[in-house]
Amino acid sequence: MAESITMPKLGESVTEGTITKWLVSPGDTVKKYDPIAEVMTDKVNAEVPSSFSGTIKELVVNEDTTVEVGEVICLIETEESSDSSKEVKEDPPAEEEEKVKQASSPEEKQEQPARFSPAVLNLSQKYGVDLSQLKGSGRGGRITRKDVEAAAEKPAPSVPDQKESAPAERTVEKQAPADGRVKDIPVSGVRKAIADNMAFSKQNAPHAWMMIEVDVTDLVRWREKNKERFYEQEGVKLTYMPFFMQAVTEALRRYPQVNSSWQNDTIRQYQSVHLSIAAASEDALYVPVIKDTDQKNLRGLARSLDETVNKVKKGTLDAESMRGGTFTLNNTGAFGSIQSQPILNPPQAAILSVEAIVKRPVVLDNDAIAVRHMVNLCMSLDHRVLDGLICGRFLQDIKETLESDPETKWSLT
Amino acid sequence: MTVMTYIEAVTLAMKEEMERDESVFVLGEDVGKRGGVFRATQGLYDQFGEGRVIDTPLAESAIAGVGIGAAMGGMRPVAEMQFADFIMPAVNQIISEAAKIRYRSNNDWHCPITIRAPYGGGVHGALYHSQSVEAVFAGTPGLKIVMPSSPADAKGLLKSAIRSNDPVLFFEHKRAYRLLKEEVPEGEHLVPIGEAAVVREGADVTIITYGLCVHQSKQAADELEKEGVSTEILDLRTVYPMDKEAIIRAASKTGKVLLVTEDNKEGSVIGEAAAIIAENCLFDLDAPIQRLAGPDCPSMPYSPPLEKAFMVTAEDIEAALRELAQF
Repeated sequence: MAESITMPKLGESVTEGTITKWLVSPGDTVKKYDPIAEVMTDKVNAEVPSSFSGTIKELVVNEDTTVEVGEVICLIETEESSDSSKEVKEDPPAEEEEKVKQASSPEEKQEQPARFSPAVLNLSQKYGVDLSQLKGSGRGGRITRKDVEAAAEKPAPSVPDQKESAPAERTVEKQAPADGRVKDIPVSGVRKAIADNMAFSKQNAPHAWMMIEVDVTDLVRWREKNKERFYEQEGVKLTYMPFFMQAVTEALRRYPQVNSSWQNDTIRQYQSVHLSIAAASEDALYVPVIKDTDQKNLRGLARSLDETVNKVKKGTLDAESMRGGTFTLNNTGAFGSIQSQPILNPPQAAILSVEAIVKRPVVLDNDAIAVRHMVNLCMSLDHRVLDGLICGRFLQDIKETLESDPETKWSLT
Repeated sequence: MTVMTYIEAVTLAMKEEMERDESVFVLGEDVGKRGGVFRATQGLYDQFGEGRVIDTPLAESAIAGVGIGAAMGGMRPVAEMQFADFIMPAVNQIISEAAKIRYRSNNDWHCPITIRAPYGGGVHGALYHSQSVEAVFAGTPGLKIVMPSSPADAKGLLKSAIRSNDPVLFFEHKRAYRLLKEEVPEGEHLVPIGEAAVVREGADVTIITYGLCVHQSKQAADELEKEGVSTEILDLRTVYPMDKEAIIRAASKTGKVLLVTEDNKEGSVIGEAAAIIAENCLFDLDAPIQRLAGPDCPSMPYSPPLEKAFMVTAEDIEAALRELAQF
């Protein structure tokens, strides 16, 4: 007898799912609970287990097709039915029988409506933990208070503070090319948060953009000369970032207007400088914050940066260390970029990208042409808060710091 | 510090208070020459004489009544009920007189009496020598009910009870008398009435209990620790009025609460703890509040297997803890 397997309900509020991949073909023999298809919903990605043992007869639904929960997705010829199949053939199974089958299918059993304790609900709201992304360690897979606390401690992607005003989602029509050669990648929690955050920023803050070029030849030489001694002394590599961090911090002190954020009816100027440092991992972007950079010298900055980078690598960043940034510094030069238009890290009013340091022929003040180490600094600003004049001066300030005589400007102590 | 048993700590507290304050005296059945059926008053008769260690007739109502009268007249009596089970004839004296006199007389009179009584089962005492009676008195404003779980607390709390200017019921688990030993601070060691104590810190589940059950709870927590479950134990010490802040703190800490008592489940004082938690900790709770208690059966049976079934054992607590931890 041919039994039908239906789209399981893969979450409390899930009403439809997309078959992303069939793991079986017609004619394949499967055992009960064997995975037969991969399914993606807006909440979870899961494998659909077979509800029966038997031979796959027909795949009713094509890959990349979205079907309602409860719709038949494939037909299976069950083993025990083969002898009795002749007499039963006459009528399609009555609706009642259909229901009984659904109720007894294993995925139905797994999918008890999720019930959360008051503590779990409370904490998930407090820490912004998406419960549908959690695996429960309690009885029957229940999500416990400890599960939520553990999830809250894990590094979360940079999430905007003002979630409530997130832009209304626009549905994008999925237009697959005629040959169907596409691969849809489900959007994970981290990716989703980045997407929301960036879309919010780009759509809400009117971005303006500026760039200056800085001659860092002297700085490059000074670093070359001192980096080994620095490493021996501190046990930490002296990269270029601490120099840029200090130059930016000093400029922010002199131009506090830039160290600010848009708060709808007010502009908030921050009295302290907490630098958000954009740090990419393979699939996500983390923006840890180095606090009080205005109270640190080159050594302090190099050490703080090293600690933070290690945390990103080890995945030990906690949510707390990603909060409270007042200005973002982005090291796009690390990827070889020489120009970029960064998106603001809301609610901050400005972000600066440090591009790659490259050797270029440059016309000097005395009209001679020389090969110099040049770097572009690209800045995006929230034009509601800032105007070109102040930002121009701000960038000029950074340039002067970076081009000043390194022997007097920088120190290893 | 000297290592002593629970009952030695009780005796020592009375001895020290009698030495310190002439108005303190002891009365009860067989407390004098015999030194009490459990020997709780041993040595007091010889030291303080028959004027301050008084043998009474077998009349609990009279023991309470005489004590209450003496207390109102300026003395600090320590009245002993031979077994908590026998306190029933004195209930009217305690609830209607001792508890209410300060309120009734608008502070003109007060009643600094301590009534001691051994309670609890597990000693083959059967119907009339095993009862837990605290729930009879809980819910009577004007009374305080103290049930220490350890020798050191027994001494410190009994001294505080004797010095209290209002009536205190002081229930000692008779099985704890010679079972529990520990170092007891010498001299002026006072434990405040009305304060619960965290006797074990933990993060996964919380036990709130009192009396001898604290002892079984510690054993159960030791076992669970081996499975990686850490248990917070709150010893109520004073079961009426309850230390609400401590209960709220302990319950909120883990969100999973096991309340334990040896008394019959329905109507026991831990139900009040459950109510306090329900009123205050909803958004911290991660599991239903659980009660582990004696069965709702009229009395402790004499048959040893049945008595064991009635008592809350460390194994029972362990099983209940594991259930909660896994929830």
